[in-house]
Amino acid sequence: MTWYERGTDADAVTEELDEGGEPDARDLPGDAVESGVFGTRDGYYDALHQATVEGARRRVDEAVDTAERDVINAVRTLETVGDSLNELDERTRDWREETDRVPVEGVVEGRNALEETRDETRGFIEERTPELAPNLSNLADPVLAARLIALAGGLDELARMPSSTVQVLGAEDALFRHLRGDAPPPKHGVIYVHPYVRGTREDERGSAARAVAGKLTIAARVDRYAGDLRPQLADELDEKMERIQGRDDG
Amino acid sequence: MTVGWVDVDGERYPATDGEKVRDERVVDGLRLWHPRRSKASAALVKGVDIPLEDARVLYLGGGAGTTPSYFADAARAVYAVEFAPSPASRLVDVAGTRDRLFPVFADARKPSVYAGIVEGVDVLYQDVATRGQADVAVKNAPFVRDGGRVYVVVKARSEDVTAEPEEKYEEVADRMEDAYDVDRTVDLSPFYDDHAVVIARR
Ligand SMILES: C[S@@+](CC[C@H](N)C(=O)[O-])C[C@H]1O[C@@H](n2cnc3c(N)ncnc32)[C@H](O)[C@@H]1O
Repeated sequence: MTWYERGTDADAVTEELDEGGEPDARDLPGDAVESGVFGTRDGYYDALHQATVEGARRRVDEAVDTAERDVINAVRTLETVGDSLNELDERTRDWREETDRVPVEGVVEGRNALEETRDETRGFIEERTPELAPNLSNLADPVLAARLIALAGGLDELARMPSSTVQVLGAEDALFRHLRGDAPPPKHGVIYVHPYVRGTREDERGSAARAVAGKLTIAARVDRYAGDLRPQLADELDEKMERIQGRDDG
Repeated sequence: MTVGWVDVDGERYPATDGEKVRDERVVDGLRLWHPRRSKASAALVKGVDIPLEDARVLYLGGGAGTTPSYFADAARAVYAVEFAPSPASRLVDVAGTRDRLFPVFADARKPSVYAGIVEGVDVLYQDVATRGQADVAVKNAPFVRDGGRVYVVVKARSEDVTAEPEEKYEEVADRMEDAYDVDRTVDLSPFYDDHAVVIARR
């Protein structure tokens, strides 16, 4: 069958995609005109264009939402599991090795299962986040990219934020303390784990955080509105950081 | 409606007449089609002829729609197949700006899905950058009209990180012989490392 035998709108295209058929080199516009469904080839193309754009828009939006939710859930899982694992390791360090005298196999097994879940979850994030946000994942690592997306509540939301907000995402508590007048403003939120922030000496760290947040914000916007990978963004950040880290303290 | 050429800083670049979609430069009213931004442009700059004018094109691996947008400036109809949600979303945005660019959100390894939507084409262009690249081209051969031109971008490292790129290109070309007459392979350096385009005819 063909899409236009099912109708002439997006539903017809969607139905045809679900049903499928045998690939061949038919002259579909010619056949459609001959069968009288369309008056001209241009008329056929106009209808097909509207139908494919509209049909794809719907399905793609659903798929993007799902993909984004998966990444957000995964990064939250990673954090929870990571915290549990650290805590467990800390609390059981002293006696976990002494399985011969204390019945702790269950704890050891549980701990190893947690570790496995953590590694698998990280693998999932590393695979999926670059598909969702190639530039953000290129400038930050995919786990940090996913954390920023999760904290913002989605890529769309992240792309709309000013970079000053991105800079302190994840430092909400510190920000509220500051707004209450109890503390200085936070210099950085989760972007602290970015090597360019963490690796910059204390007195320049604020500048580093600002520079990193600025580029990550641009990366999120390119991902949201253009989608192509632009390696030059990383080069620009490298250059900027070289200047910041090269400043002498005098 | 044809691919033109513009001179910028002593270099010649392909360019098309169409609405701007990214941050590409516009020179003499034409959209600069940079060979580092698009493998098809790299192929054109390296002397490959892609007869797009008034052609019906099946484009596999449409990505975010950058290259498909240039194709659509010159061709009669471009069917762009993309299966990853994020790039597909941008592809649909771009298709909204081009009357004859038809987005197909589907897996190119399953051409039966879009059999009732894609017509017989004069050009098959493929840039899927994944394992099994040759198989994808062979499976989509029924859409290509007799004498139609086929361009398959091969990313050597998608297949095997250790093997020599030339061996990979040859392997893909061999497999393509199942459905096409392979003409030649053109590597895309210096614009893209470890990439080549295999050119064939149905
Ligand atoms: C290198 S990108 C294409 C870039 C695009 N050709 C351009 O120049 O603007 C490769 C694309 O192929 C897509 N892809 C890979 N395997 C595919 C398949 N089996 N079906 C459809 N798309 C596929 C990927 O999701 C990715 O977006």
